[in-house]
Amino acid sequence: MYTQGLDQKDAESPVDGEQLLARFQARIDAEEKIEPKDWMPAAYRTTLIRQISQHAHSEIVGMLPEGNWITRAPTLLRKAILIAKVQDEGGHGAYLYSAAETLGVDRAELIDQLLSGAAKYSSIFNYPTPTWADVGAIGWLVDGAAIMNQIPLCRCSYGPYSRAMVRICREESFHQRQGYEIMLRLAEGTAEQRQMAQDALNRWWWPAIMMFGPSDTDSKHSAQSMRWKIKRFSNDALRQKFVDFTVPQARFLGLSIPDPVLRWDDCEQRHVFGAVDWSEFNEVLKGNGPCNADRMAERRRAHADGEWVREAAVAYAAKQRDRAAARAA
Amino acid sequence: MSEKRDWPLFEVFIRARGGLDHKHAGSLHAADAAMAIEHARDVYTRREEGVSIWVVRSADIVASDPAEADALFEPARDKIYRHPTFYNIPAAVKTL
Repeated sequence: MYTQGLDQKDAESPVDGEQLLARFQARIDAEEKIEPKDWMPAAYRTTLIRQISQHAHSEIVGMLPEGNWITRAPTLLRKAILIAKVQDEGGHGAYLYSAAETLGVDRAELIDQLLSGAAKYSSIFNYPTPTWADVGAIGWLVDGAAIMNQIPLCRCSYGPYSRAMVRICREESFHQRQGYEIMLRLAEGTAEQRQMAQDALNRWWWPAIMMFGPSDTDSKHSAQSMRWKIKRFSNDALRQKFVDFTVPQARFLGLSIPDPVLRWDDCEQRHVFGAVDWSEFNEVLKGNGPCNADRMAERRRAHADGEWVREAAVAYAAKQRDRAAARAA
Repeated sequence: MSEKRDWPLFEVFIRARGGLDHKHAGSLHAADAAMAIEHARDVYTRREEGVSIWVVRSADIVASDPAEADALFEPARDKIYRHPTFYNIPAAVKTL
């Protein structure tokens, strides 16, 4: 119902184009949802394909840092929880690829873009997970930041993306809570366990802050995305909200946030925090983070190793079809 | 669309509980219908969201054209006499 029979006739003549564009913007302004077969400007389509597929790639690559701990989770329950969480991330990738495909792009093309390095995924997944506390910190901070970004996307103007996000947000809440609970257990533990939790917070805090993307003044796609209601809040506004929510949670754990500048400002009713090191962010995006090469190698290996399975499934389906046809004849 | 590196696309419909209709949940790729059911179980019902799944090849769905929506649905708009509230019945008349 989604991807089939899409005719992508974007603006045939300039006059028609202008009228269509005005009507399209009026629908957006009236909070109507845009559906796959509706007319949309080519740039709206391109922006969404880029954003949704990057989001999907992030979910898929995001399975790796946590997957690293499945065999070493400290208890059977923690292992079952972690498997469920990683499976959810795979599911989120699947919802999002489907949403992107409604815009007329093939899944195989999107996967190619990830594996060739042409497409980006969230910078956060290029950091390592050396201890069990990292699994806690990822759930608490990384999923926490993701939720902050994703809740407004539930109201995104593009119907299939918004519906996928509703489903994802419903499931992410468990991810964040299980992560915080891991941190809580460690914070209540021995001095060594508390130190492990603090180390993880020290390593994940700034990368989590960077997840909201460049500062508003440097964000090149923001203004148009806001007009199209793909985006509802600016990067800096969401970042501020994340800091305001998270600081008291860290205090409850008895952990300290690695930012000497951080303080509550009573006049502005918000936390003031230190400057983000954007050179680190840009380096990680360029492929020079601690784990970029590992993550890509792992994805490429998994895809190549699965090739024979994909082929065998198609051959089996064809054989079943032929047999059914022979029986019917 | 390039021929055809992806498995065929299926639409997934899920009945949340006995007594309710199947409702569109999303789509997925599978080599055949049996695999589509298995994948739908994993992708769309990890938290007991359903008691029954339908899958159908997306290519087999025929949909109305959004550009024709006005022509298709407008004729129903002025037929308010199809609704019970159109009729004024004196309050004294009960159980009607």
